[in-house]
Amino acid sequence: MRPFTYERATDAAGAVTSAAATPGSKFIAGGTNLLDLMKLEIEQPAHLIDVARLPLAAIEDAQDGGLRIGAMVTNSHLAADARVRARYPVLTQAIVAGGSGQLRNKATTGGNLLQRTRCAYFYDTAKPCNKRQPGSGCGALEGLNRNSAIFGGSHACIATHPSDMAVALSALGASVETLSPHGEARAFDLDDLHRLPGETPQIETHLIAGELITAVVLPPPPSGGQVYRKVRDRASYAAGLASIAVAGDQVALGAVAHKPWRARLAEAALAAGGSPTEAIAAELAGASENGRNGFKISLVARLGPVAIAEARNNGSAA
Amino acid sequence: MKTTITVNGEARTLDLDTRTTLLDALREHLGLTGSKKGCDHGQCGACTVLVNGTRINSCLSLAAMHDGDAVTTIEGIGSVGKLSPLQTAFLTEDAFQCGYCTPGQICSAVGMLQEVADNWPSQETTDLTGKISLTDDELRERMSGNICRCSAYPQIVAAIRSVAGEPA
Repeated sequence: MRPFTYERATDAAGAVTSAAATPGSKFIAGGTNLLDLMKLEIEQPAHLIDVARLPLAAIEDAQDGGLRIGAMVTNSHLAADARVRARYPVLTQAIVAGGSGQLRNKATTGGNLLQRTRCAYFYDTAKPCNKRQPGSGCGALEGLNRNSAIFGGSHACIATHPSDMAVALSALGASVETLSPHGEARAFDLDDLHRLPGETPQIETHLIAGELITAVVLPPPPSGGQVYRKVRDRASYAAGLASIAVAGDQVALGAVAHKPWRARLAEAALAAGGSPTEAIAAELAGASENGRNGFKISLVARLGPVAIAEARNNGSAA
Repeated sequence: MKTTITVNGEARTLDLDTRTTLLDALREHLGLTGSKKGCDHGQCGACTVLVNGTRINSCLSLAAMHDGDAVTTIEGIGSVGKLSPLQTAFLTEDAFQCGYCTPGQICSAVGMLQEVADNWPSQETTDLTGKISLTDDELRERMSGNICRCSAYPQIVAAIRSVAGEPA
């Protein structure tokens, strides 16, 4: 690990002020992804601003009937919240499908959104990776790309976003609240947080340098049932090969793109009266493969309709 | 930097390089070598300790992040002549071969049983709004962050089961 200085922030305004004043600084909350990458020297922050104890760890009822989730709420506490379990079960299911108990106890809502890809070429510092070292090339394009994206990739990068939680948040139509380094608060749709790789896969979000996620806001749950389904190489504690979150008529796919993939084409097909199979096929019309990840297209074609049917069944049983 | 952590009930102040993980602080600076370094990347669970009663991977946390926290390691759970019920159960049920993962397994089990008592859900929980019943599927899922390369898993389940009791 490279040397760095460390400070513990006591309020969000102080944290962003410090980030603006300190080049090479990063926020650390749970640290489960950042420290892993710092040990490998993939991340080399000069300064860490510990935001874990900021007073942003509450889950509050929003006036419109939704929920406002503080950015420092741990994954475990969010999954266990009685309101989430009763009204947003897809979110609980997605969170407990990710990581291990130990990791979920440390990982935070904000940090989970900003975790980085598990692409093997990103992790292997002996290999080219445009995300880790811009301009070095992409080893996955013609390499071991079984875990790579089938939506939204570019000739520079086909890495996937690994979060399960974010897929459920996308299907639920969540928004994100932030504080800029100049102290300005803003809010935007979660679907506008992450970028597609394009020519600059090293830039993963639309956050500006030193901008801090302070909360995730859920609108009231959409009508209809919910479900999260994930397929992976072993039964527990593994990243997904493909996953799907369904909340009423809203659908998002996971482990298939550089961001949680809101399946708008599938949603439009459902709204037009199409069957679940036709809806998923409409989304997959835009998919592409690089060889070893081609199985994900048939996997999603099978997983998607089953999950939509299961969500509808959950909705009619409720 | 100066960091004060209450470890197994005793306040300990250390002056550490910022890079020191909680695991290295425990092992290298406090001589508490019960917590093990397996993968050092949060994948094996051998470093599991309890922080303020909650299980975490001590390898994926900086000591400085725990200034003011209370940490319990395997040495604080029980010792020779004063074994905790889980430690006794691991012996009785033959729940290890090499024993390297055992401190992490036991710390993890202590935290896991509290999570069940607090009615936290897992991937195996079918009724998210009901009371959790610690079936064998639930138990295995909740312990999946602890790898045992000797594959003593059936005995580990039996040991934890003997302390947790049969599911309701």
